[in-house]
Amino acid sequence: MVQSAVRVFDSSAPWKLSGQVSLRDEAFGALAYHHGTRRLVFLKSRELVALVRNLEEFESADEAIDAVVVPAQHQRYVEALSSLFSSEILSGR
Amino acid sequence: MGADFSLRNRFERGLAAPICLTWELTYACNLACTHCLSSSGRRDPMELSTKEAKDLIDEIAAMQIFYINIGGGEPMIRRDFFELIEHAVRQKVGVKFSTNGTRIDEEAAERLAAIDYLDIQISIDGADAATSDRIRGAGSYDQARRAMDNLKAANFGQFKISVVMTRESIEQLDEFEALAASYGAELRLTRLRPSGRGVDVWESLHPTREQNRRLYQWLLDRPNVLTGDSFFHLSALGDPLEGLNLCGAGRVVCLIDPVGEVYACPFVIHDEFKAGNVRDAGFADVWTTSNLFQSLREPGNPGACGSCGSYDACRGGCMAAKFFTGLELTDPDPECVFGHGEAVLEKKRLTIRPTPSPDHSKRVPVAITSR
Repeated sequence: MVQSAVRVFDSSAPWKLSGQVSLRDEAFGALAYHHGTRRLVFLKSRELVALVRNLEEFESADEAIDAVVVPAQHQRYVEALSSLFSSEILSGR
Repeated sequence: MGADFSLRNRFERGLAAPICLTWELTYACNLACTHCLSSSGRRDPMELSTKEAKDLIDEIAAMQIFYINIGGGEPMIRRDFFELIEHAVRQKVGVKFSTNGTRIDEEAAERLAAIDYLDIQISIDGADAATSDRIRGAGSYDQARRAMDNLKAANFGQFKISVVMTRESIEQLDEFEALAASYGAELRLTRLRPSGRGVDVWESLHPTREQNRRLYQWLLDRPNVLTGDSFFHLSALGDPLEGLNLCGAGRVVCLIDPVGEVYACPFVIHDEFKAGNVRDAGFADVWTTSNLFQSLREPGNPGACGSCGSYDACRGGCMAAKFFTGLELTDPDPECVFGHGEAVLEKKRLTIRPTPSPDHSKRVPVAITSR
């Protein structure tokens, strides 16, 4: 298999929840299911769920994060989104 | 990635809806596998109608259950099989169905290949006809292979080859891997449970401790082999296997049978684990209000396993395996990797074991090839 170039999550770009993904609220946050990869992903906080649901409203992931959490937590949420990006839960727009 | 214990604790308290919902569409089957966990054979005349089945699918969609595992019996025997699965995927409820493959001719393969959000698991019980047919009946292996050939020819894409691990099939792991690779298929291995007719063959067919140790290592080296979280009892051997590593019964998993009865998991079709019927107030009502499910979501009593250093890894093992071998739910799993279950079983050798209910086996004895 040919190794494709490593794709990096760019938090200054606009993102949205992938159309292939269903999101279901749970007490701990939410379950995300990708219908294409058939993978289940756990969103372990309600803040993260709100952030993911609202991504589309903002010009960049950074702006979306700042609307939900305090600056000290910004980097943590960039990392969480980056992990969702690598599971194909997020797509660019 | 290691097991996430905090998340697992949340799961043990139950979810808004199951992650893994199994629906046995019919008890009718054209095979008579010796280990059938639902004792299938004859169609139940009270089977859900097409209308009832579609209503249930609508409710499943409303509960945002991402996919359903359809089984039987042989689900493709139902005349409305395609109508039902197409109704599900149209609402973005993915379908994974288990089949013996006998009904996947060229035409059916083409039709299946045209459906999105569909996974197919074709069951065999050996990597050659002789081994597989001993469990599934004469000619069944060749028919399963024909189904695989047809799916491949129809460009279905990646299907799954599903094998229950018995004392015999577990010796053919590498052959199964090669067979799957030859089709570009995924391999799925699951645990033999003493459920349904399996209760009669479990003792002679369940893997030995030494075989289970080899299986554990084999799976650890192959995270891409699917197991449906089947072998979490083996995680007591060291690093956890892929999956949630917990008994999901009534918490993240449940079973709907062909007449709408809801059981805690696919392996406990028995009155004691019946939570309700979808015909009464619907499935969501059973899932959220059943007393049985509520009690399964309470913190469990580790019983004799509490003093074992590996309890966090295996959680005492499989409820169904304990129940149908006559063990208490607080006893160790009968296949406990340290042999604790075997020791208790030995002491209870003379106790009466629960009989699986209901039994839809064909009344006429089916010819099974001699061993």
